[in-house]
Amino acid sequence: MNYTFQFGVALDGLPQLLKGALLTFELGVVTFWGGALIGLFFAALKTFGSRPVRWLAQAYVVFFTNTPALIQIYFLYFGLPEFGIRWSNITCVLIGLTLNAGAYLTEIMRAGFLSVRATELEAAETLGFSLPQQIRYVIVPHIAKTIYPAIANFFIVILVMGTSIGAVVGVNELTGEAINLSTENYRWLEMFIVAACIYVVLTLIASISLALIGRWAFRVKAKIF
Amino acid sequence: MLERLIRELPRFFSPENLAFLAQGVGMTLALTFIGCTLGFLLAFLLVYLRQTPGWWAAPVRLLAITYVEIFRRIPFLVITYLVLFFIAVFVDNASLFLIAVVAICIYSTAYTAEIIRGGFESVPRQQIEAALAMNFSRWKTLTRVIMPQSWPVIIPPAVAFMISFIKDTSLVSQVGVFELTFRGKELNNMGFSGILVFGTIALLYFLMSYPLTRLGAWLEKRLAASRHHRPQR
Amino acid sequence: MPHLDIIDLSADYAHLKVLSGVSLSVEKGEVVCLVGPSGSGKSTLLRVLMGLTLPTAGAVKVDGREIDYHSKASVRAARDRMAVVFQQYNLFQNMNVLRNITIAPVEIKGRPRREAEEEARRILARMGLAEKHAAYPDQLSGGQQQRVAIARALALKPEILLLDEVTSALDPELVNEVLDAVRGLAAEGMTMLIVSHEMAFVREVASKVVMMDKGKIVETGAPRELIDRPKTERAREFFGKILRH
Repeated sequence: MNYTFQFGVALDGLPQLLKGALLTFELGVVTFWGGALIGLFFAALKTFGSRPVRWLAQAYVVFFTNTPALIQIYFLYFGLPEFGIRWSNITCVLIGLTLNAGAYLTEIMRAGFLSVRATELEAAETLGFSLPQQIRYVIVPHIAKTIYPAIANFFIVILVMGTSIGAVVGVNELTGEAINLSTENYRWLEMFIVAACIYVVLTLIASISLALIGRWAFRVKAKIF
Repeated sequence: MLERLIRELPRFFSPENLAFLAQGVGMTLALTFIGCTLGFLLAFLLVYLRQTPGWWAAPVRLLAITYVEIFRRIPFLVITYLVLFFIAVFVDNASLFLIAVVAICIYSTAYTAEIIRGGFESVPRQQIEAALAMNFSRWKTLTRVIMPQSWPVIIPPAVAFMISFIKDTSLVSQVGVFELTFRGKELNNMGFSGILVFGTIALLYFLMSYPLTRLGAWLEKRLAASRHHRPQR
Repeated sequence: MPHLDIIDLSADYAHLKVLSGVSLSVEKGEVVCLVGPSGSGKSTLLRVLMGLTLPTAGAVKVDGREIDYHSKASVRAARDRMAVVFQQYNLFQNMNVLRNITIAPVEIKGRPRREAEEEARRILARMGLAEKHAAYPDQLSGGQQQRVAIARALALKPEILLLDEVTSALDPELVNEVLDAVRGLAAEGMTMLIVSHEMAFVREVASKVVMMDKGKIVETGAPRELIDRPKTERAREFFGKILRH
């Protein structure tokens, strides 16, 4: 093996990598919250909607959970321009990942919905709560605690897996910056090792923070490891 | 736009292209199956190492835990690139297929290890103590008592992981492996409509993923039912 | 020389002293019963004897030979001579009764399968479970499972049998069938160390009763003396409470 590791060069690129890491985090947060809203909406549709509405919601979920996120993004990025819609690469990634996340989160939220006892809802109904009010005052607080571990875990999944896909269409999140820097200094291996380390650190911080938030705010024992 | 699509359809679904796509499907399935199966076997080894008793085995245990914790926190795309660059240091012209399989293996080992560990730990501790008290070796306890009872807990999530991985293989297209997504990019570069190409690719992934997912769910129901009877010895 | 000699044994569990300087001896053919409130260390003592919990001080000797709990070979040898039956039966759920009983003799001790199966059927017959040899644990009642657990221990041909509250997890109707089985073993001269809270049974079967509390031995004596006329304050309190009805 005649390869000399030159981590010095790689570490010089650290500031740029960290900039990318920031974008990774931002994308993760936006995608997660967008997906959570979509998930809540479609979960409500699936639980309370009429037959055709439930079917449509199910179709959305089934489609987005059985096709790769990359293909979804490719479709937006290479396909939509033919309709005259030319979104930037980052927009395609945001929309694609949000729709993707929304589908998975629909299932998680629905599990939460189902865990709410019918009696709680009946009690709320007799007290005069409308359906949206029931959702807001009874369901959401209850499921927030039940599904918190699943949701926290999913956030990590989006952060780590989801956002790195952006690099494929040129988004400058962490993986993207690693590629950019490597094309300049040719230290691909070292660059990616450093990027990998940043991912591990990033997700560890996120896991621990979410676990702590879970314990304090929701009194949920979420796993760190 | 619709006219363009209709014009392109017959050209797109030509025998050569269909063969092209079929080959992509085959490669995707092969990568998934080979990578995840190898990953499963290695994961088993990893869990065995992780549970080695004795203070002298602490480094081994630590290594096993560290492996899982690290490789579960790195995106698959990054792992794929790392394997590519790492192997390129040692070998010229390494097979891209091999690189992809190694990457899939590394990734799936980390995830499957947690599934297997959960399965092993689902066997009540008391049975293990009974085995210990009768001088069962670790291996005997594992093969005679733990594994027969943990299959129903391990197989469904492990199978679900593999089926879900069909979608993740799309990322190895980035290192030039001729799986389905790569074929899709090629077709798009050849001038075919993006909507047509990626719509078809999406459909093909769907046709691979959805039926298998349903099969996996059915399998899970079957195994959950059989848990209340006795698992095969 | 005592068959089983426990000398000044101590053990910790999560920084709690669960056993403190316990000394007791069991002669060949003797049945010694351990009694006492929950958490007194009785079950822990049996666990330490079988090498499931490490002792922090003291010694255990079988036929004069000391067991080194830090040596795998020594623990293995000890387990060859002693067998334990747990409160929760701990049967292997994935094997039927016959296999549960024969697996250790065949695969660990290397006895021929046919011989082990005949022996297993003999023991099952003694336990009154001959026709259940092909049943799986989840098809048996608690009392039956416990008797299978005893059969499994006997198939190992131990010199010393340790029984840990073998009737505690059972419905009252099922307790007697297990006690009958144990009575039979005592009559045959098996050396036994039994943890139990069935006082009538203890009175009838024990040659010696040892009362423990908070990890220490409080008092030892012949059953009729210790149970009916305990000398120490703590023992009086304990037996007074349980025997009031």
